[in-house]
Amino acid sequence: MTQWIKVGTVEDFPPSGGACVLLSGKQIAIFNFTQDEWYAVENKCPHEGQQTLSRGIIGDFCGEPKVACPLHKNSFSLKDGRHLGGNPDWKLKIYPVMVKSGEVLLEMEG
Amino acid sequence: MSKLIVMGNGMVGQRFLEAWAEKPSHSDWETYCFSEEPIPAYDRIHLSSYFETKDKDNLALTTQGWFKEKGFHLYLGDAVVKINRDKKTVETASGQTFAYDVLVLASGSRPFVPPLSGVDREGVFLYRTLEDLDKILQYSPKVKNAAVIGGGLLGLEAAKALKDLNLNAFVLEFAPRLMPRQIDQAGSSVLQKKLEALGVTIMTGKQAKSILGDQKVTGIEFSEGEPLEVQMVIISAGISPRSEVARDAGLLVHDRGGVLVDEQLLTSDPSIYAIGECAVAKGMVWGLAAPGYRMAESVAARIAGEMSPGFHGADLSTKLKLMGVDVASIGDSVPQANQYDEVTLHDTTTGIYKKLHLDKLTGKIKGAILVGDATDYSQILQLYLNNMDIPGKPENLLVKGGGTIEIGVDSLPEGAVICSCNNVTKASILKIVLNGFHKLEELKDHSKAGITCGSCQTMVKQILHRELEKSGVEVDKSLCEHFKFTRMELFDIVRVQEIKSFDILIAQHGQGRGCEICKPTAASIFASLWNENAQVQPTLQDSNDIYMANIQKNGTYSVVPRVPGGELTPDQLIAMGQVAKDFSLYTKITGAQRVDLFGARVDQLPAIWSRLRDAGLESGQAYAKALRAVKSCVGSSWCRFGVQDSTALAIELEHRYRGLRSPHKLKFGVSGCARECAEARGKDIGVIATQKGWNLYVCGNGGMNPKHAVLFANDLDKETLIRYIDRILIYYIRTADRLTRTSVWLEQLSGGMDKLKKVVIEDSLGIAADMESHMALAVENYECEWAATLNDPEKLKRFKPFLNSDQPDASIQFTQVRGQIQPLTSGGVK
Repeated sequence: MTQWIKVGTVEDFPPSGGACVLLSGKQIAIFNFTQDEWYAVENKCPHEGQQTLSRGIIGDFCGEPKVACPLHKNSFSLKDGRHLGGNPDWKLKIYPVMVKSGEVLLEMEG
Repeated sequence: MSKLIVMGNGMVGQRFLEAWAEKPSHSDWETYCFSEEPIPAYDRIHLSSYFETKDKDNLALTTQGWFKEKGFHLYLGDAVVKINRDKKTVETASGQTFAYDVLVLASGSRPFVPPLSGVDREGVFLYRTLEDLDKILQYSPKVKNAAVIGGGLLGLEAAKALKDLNLNAFVLEFAPRLMPRQIDQAGSSVLQKKLEALGVTIMTGKQAKSILGDQKVTGIEFSEGEPLEVQMVIISAGISPRSEVARDAGLLVHDRGGVLVDEQLLTSDPSIYAIGECAVAKGMVWGLAAPGYRMAESVAARIAGEMSPGFHGADLSTKLKLMGVDVASIGDSVPQANQYDEVTLHDTTTGIYKKLHLDKLTGKIKGAILVGDATDYSQILQLYLNNMDIPGKPENLLVKGGGTIEIGVDSLPEGAVICSCNNVTKASILKIVLNGFHKLEELKDHSKAGITCGSCQTMVKQILHRELEKSGVEVDKSLCEHFKFTRMELFDIVRVQEIKSFDILIAQHGQGRGCEICKPTAASIFASLWNENAQVQPTLQDSNDIYMANIQKNGTYSVVPRVPGGELTPDQLIAMGQVAKDFSLYTKITGAQRVDLFGARVDQLPAIWSRLRDAGLESGQAYAKALRAVKSCVGSSWCRFGVQDSTALAIELEHRYRGLRSPHKLKFGVSGCARECAEARGKDIGVIATQKGWNLYVCGNGGMNPKHAVLFANDLDKETLIRYIDRILIYYIRTADRLTRTSVWLEQLSGGMDKLKKVVIEDSLGIAADMESHMALAVENYECEWAATLNDPEKLKRFKPFLNSDQPDASIQFTQVRGQIQPLTSGGVK
């Protein structure tokens, strides 16, 4: 069973930036790329395990949306969660996110 | 399959195998290598470093795995003891027999032991192998005084090792001076004085007669004079080639040892080669690594059926550091009297001796000696090796740092040998740069330049940088994939077109959506030009700038209030302490005379700052690429030596430049007298008091690559001082590349210090007034970012831990160490 959960409104998120939400004890980073383009990934950087990705700078790598962890600048794809530096063991869990009537909704299991 | 046997796995034997492994035809051969020693080849040049590191791996030149990978058979601890030339076989110490088609002798040399009585006593050691060193290490606890017989290169290395073991070291040299083959009498005296100052006793013209003692060494007796009481003797009186096995097999051998070889390194048997120190080539034994390597490479090429260069002699120039003292000799360093013209620099105050031998007709360098300072070794060596004319006056070559002469790497011919240890030419370095290896370490790895003795490293780096400047610039100058400009170019675009937002900048001058490189760079440019603080376009900023604190390893932040000039009142100190206590923060004094409070969660930062603000403290901008701190001593206000009030000036400077955004962090220091307690010369801007005013030093830094700041102007009054600093800082902000400290900026600035002085002092570009008004605006518009944020509820929203919850981040955990908190991290995927 999956369900869409409201985590905030569009105004809560800085344009071209991110914020963190807490859902059933899990930290999830949500990024607002403006132009109605949104991504959500787990907040935890797989490098050393800190919950910091929502505080990273977002942008693109050859057109692919990405976030760079503020601690060591490791970059991850926001499309599929892979490490853009090529470490196959570092992969972020990604979550479906959508905006409906100004509300930001996240799809969660259970 | 044909069989190749290499006898010996020393440095030259190993180099042969490496050269051989690169030949495609080696796979048609079965290759065997026999070594007497229990471990594969290691670096004998840096042998004495073993006493410091106690780490054999540090010296290793190869591994057993390498042999496996190449398919070579390595037999350790099993030397070849007999060659049967008629059957073409060798016998080893363990009694095994192996056949060969081609045999390469690389058995090296052994230390020459002078005919003394008592050399077999306990406590007498050689200095050649790691095993020798282990024995010396084991025996040394029983020893107070130790003597080295032999004052040559290796003997002095051994003496250093004895000092490292905290023994009283004596060096006994038979000749009337140290290193008689490399340097002259005057050079030797300078060296001797320096080494004696380091606690080594040196006795020249001293001939040992016998080593005293019953079983163990108790002393040394001389032909004349008192005996010397020592408990250990190390013999290092030269080398003698190991050619007994070859001689017994009937090969032609020199009277004093050494297998005779021709220019192709062939012995008197056409199936047997000899290379390295076991061979006598061109009438002599070549006791250095570089000539041995040339021999090895030549033989490997010949066996592979390639055109082999042969061996026609080699340059014996050397540079080394003996107990921290530079000693170098180039070419004909100890010529016969009156053979050359001489230029000598002999400074007895600093212990520097340098001498050039010049051809009487052409004035070209034929030889040189450098003692005490060999900074310019590579330059002089290149002039010598390439038979080049000396640019300018020869005496300038002897002034430290080359004086006014700088032979650019550009002027060297392509064939110039840059690394003589590994015979790497400028052309081959250039080729590797062109193949895309643009990092010094990569370049060294692939070219092998600079990996043996290291003396040519500076030159390799210069060649790399010049070449990148010439070819790689286009690619390298792009800030990132989104902007094809340097920071300086982007700065001009933003300034001229008065661009104030990143979206417009990237839409008009870039592509894509930006990244963690171009966004903060643009933010820094906006900050410098439009006095925009980090809160205006926060998503361009690094986390540190957004939260105005320094992120630490567990995702918490540290807080550094500004303490101008390092001066703070007891009340401020108490306030910081009270805040730290109330929020359970870890406290530490920083290197910049400030207090750092660690372990604050994002959501705690506003409350912490509200308390600090109430105590009259403001942001220290420790998180920003901006002015950090102005370090100072108490100066004339308290210190009995101070000549000016350095604290007052430091506070004034810190107030003036606080908040100024720049390409990298900026650090200042102000010292109240020449004793320099504020370490101002380790800062970007350093000010040192004089009787008449202030000396200004610029572009220094500490950190990974420390640089002393350079004197910019003398005895300035305060107004001039501040005017110069204003101009220097704005010029830096406008022209430096991103994340470039002032020292590197100055190095890269074409025209260097002279140019900077012209721009700042003489206003050669006519921009001084503009730069001053730029600074005036920055000074006028300063506001504490934390005070501004605390007054703005909209900005405070950013400090919520979660959008949908006020719970603190449960992933942050601490432990207690020495009565304070320390982060516990949950760990990631390694």
